[in-house]
Amino acid sequence: MREFQGRVVTPGTARAEAVVTHGGFNTLASLQKSLQFGDKTAKCNDQNNPDLYGKPLAGYALCLPQTIGSTTGGMVLYCACAMKRQPACMLFANQIDSLAAAGAILADVWLDDVKMPVIDCLGEEFLEYVKDGMMIAIGEDGKVTVE
Amino acid sequence: MKLTEQQQAILDGEKGETMAKVMKTLVMYGEAFGAETMIPVTSKYNHLVTSFGLGVIAPVYDLMEKLIQAGALSSQQFSADPRPVDKNVPANLLQNLVFDKFMYNKQDYYEGQLQKLGLMEKDAFTCTCYMDEVGNKPEKGDILSWSESSAVVYANSVLGARCNRNSGIMDLMGAIVGCVPYFGLLTDEGRKATWIVKVETSKKPEAQLLGSAIGMKVMEDVPYIVGLDKWLGTELDDAACTYLKDFGAATASNGAVGLYHVENLTPEAKEQKEALLAEDAKTYVIDDAELERVKAGYPIVWKHPNAKPKLCFVGCPHMSLEQLKKWTDNIEARLKKYGNSKVVIPTVFTAAPAVLREFEKTSYADRLRETGVITSYICPLMYMNNPLCANMPVVTSSNKLRTYTTARYFTDSEILTLITRGGRSA
Repeated sequence: MREFQGRVVTPGTARAEAVVTHGGFNTLASLQKSLQFGDKTAKCNDQNNPDLYGKPLAGYALCLPQTIGSTTGGMVLYCACAMKRQPACMLFANQIDSLAAAGAILADVWLDDVKMPVIDCLGEEFLEYVKDGMMIAIGEDGKVTVE
Repeated sequence: MKLTEQQQAILDGEKGETMAKVMKTLVMYGEAFGAETMIPVTSKYNHLVTSFGLGVIAPVYDLMEKLIQAGALSSQQFSADPRPVDKNVPANLLQNLVFDKFMYNKQDYYEGQLQKLGLMEKDAFTCTCYMDEVGNKPEKGDILSWSESSAVVYANSVLGARCNRNSGIMDLMGAIVGCVPYFGLLTDEGRKATWIVKVETSKKPEAQLLGSAIGMKVMEDVPYIVGLDKWLGTELDDAACTYLKDFGAATASNGAVGLYHVENLTPEAKEQKEALLAEDAKTYVIDDAELERVKAGYPIVWKHPNAKPKLCFVGCPHMSLEQLKKWTDNIEARLKKYGNSKVVIPTVFTAAPAVLREFEKTSYADRLRETGVITSYICPLMYMNNPLCANMPVVTSSNKLRTYTTARYFTDSEILTLITRGGRSA
């Protein structure tokens, strides 16, 4: 078991299984198809992401360096939250990027019944340590426990 | 964050609960990046990425409706990304049914919302709003609240405006209250380059391939590109701007680049030269072998990799007038060479409605029609994103379209051969 300390972007607690990408998470390429065609598990559809392609993301602790790609990214993430197909939490090794921040903040401010806690600045070591299937618990203070 | 009295009053609810939420969204957005103040938006127009009435993104339209009902409208008029559907573009009965009844069944409704919120004019739908024909071209130093990755990177890099890579919806929030948090690419420090990219190719590199290589390497960082002026010259003429439009779109979609500098060419690089380099900037050398390596790494996700292409898209981002004319000349010449009278793959060129109107005034329009090429204002990406189209073998010279769909990437030259000569490969 290891603990990592990050910075809270949007608050909340969560406990979920990890799914990990070492490359940038392209939000539009990953989620658009699943949102459009009723895939409640939100399988990643980004052909350029060998770490995640075909894996379900809804309800998992998504561990990533940052998001990349289209500026619809934040809106797509907001819709995933509104449709209850979002990851249980998003854990960024780097400082969060502007698109992911927008999605998380829009969901936090404008959706009453949805929570997707987001923690960033967890460091490269976090992404090197965490593996798919590990159980992750996060606290309100930005502490991430990998079991 | 230190707010002005007026901004604080909005946050405290003086202009209603909805406006307070808009300000709260912007404050949280700024705090995530250490912004200490808000800065006024100074551009004449805004640009929004969300242009499509996709039935399943009802949460977006619900939010827009809240804004409209509360009178929280944009303080600026705006353009928006391209429409998703056009009857001119080849589609079978089933595809048309899926587009109209299932996917984009909210298009008219959403366009109505955009008009209430402040759309520039009813056809202001393009990802290249900065074209002269469209008229949403910010001045150097303007502060923007834009989204659309290809437009943001162009505005920052080629026009010298200042804009962060804002997301859809966040773009509108800044325009409603007339200010954006001051961080990132809005600041002098944030515009410094942390990568030196040395272009050492033996010929002019393909714009969308070079952009892809750089995007994948530097991700969200700012590159300072050396050696590209050898191929593009030192003036931002039509040809250079067109090249940089396509190059930038690839850097932004294959990575997350919001600003690049090209030595001796882009405005800040010309003014500040190497003073733009951050300390400890990393170096990336691009030669012919590196471009070949990047291209060879693209996955082919067609069901049948050797299938004959059924459709070709050129124009993601939308083509310039210059490009439409040049492609017309090239296609005519190649058709003659190969003994064909029409393109052998259904081919769609996409451009802004205003650019297409100007194109129609030239003699090139009839000549292009004669080759069988169709022109359209749609977003190819939106057209492709459904299972019916995703299963089609589509080819494109857009690295952005490749990234987000099953379309297969070929260089401009390879596409020209494919559509005029035929065959399964270039």
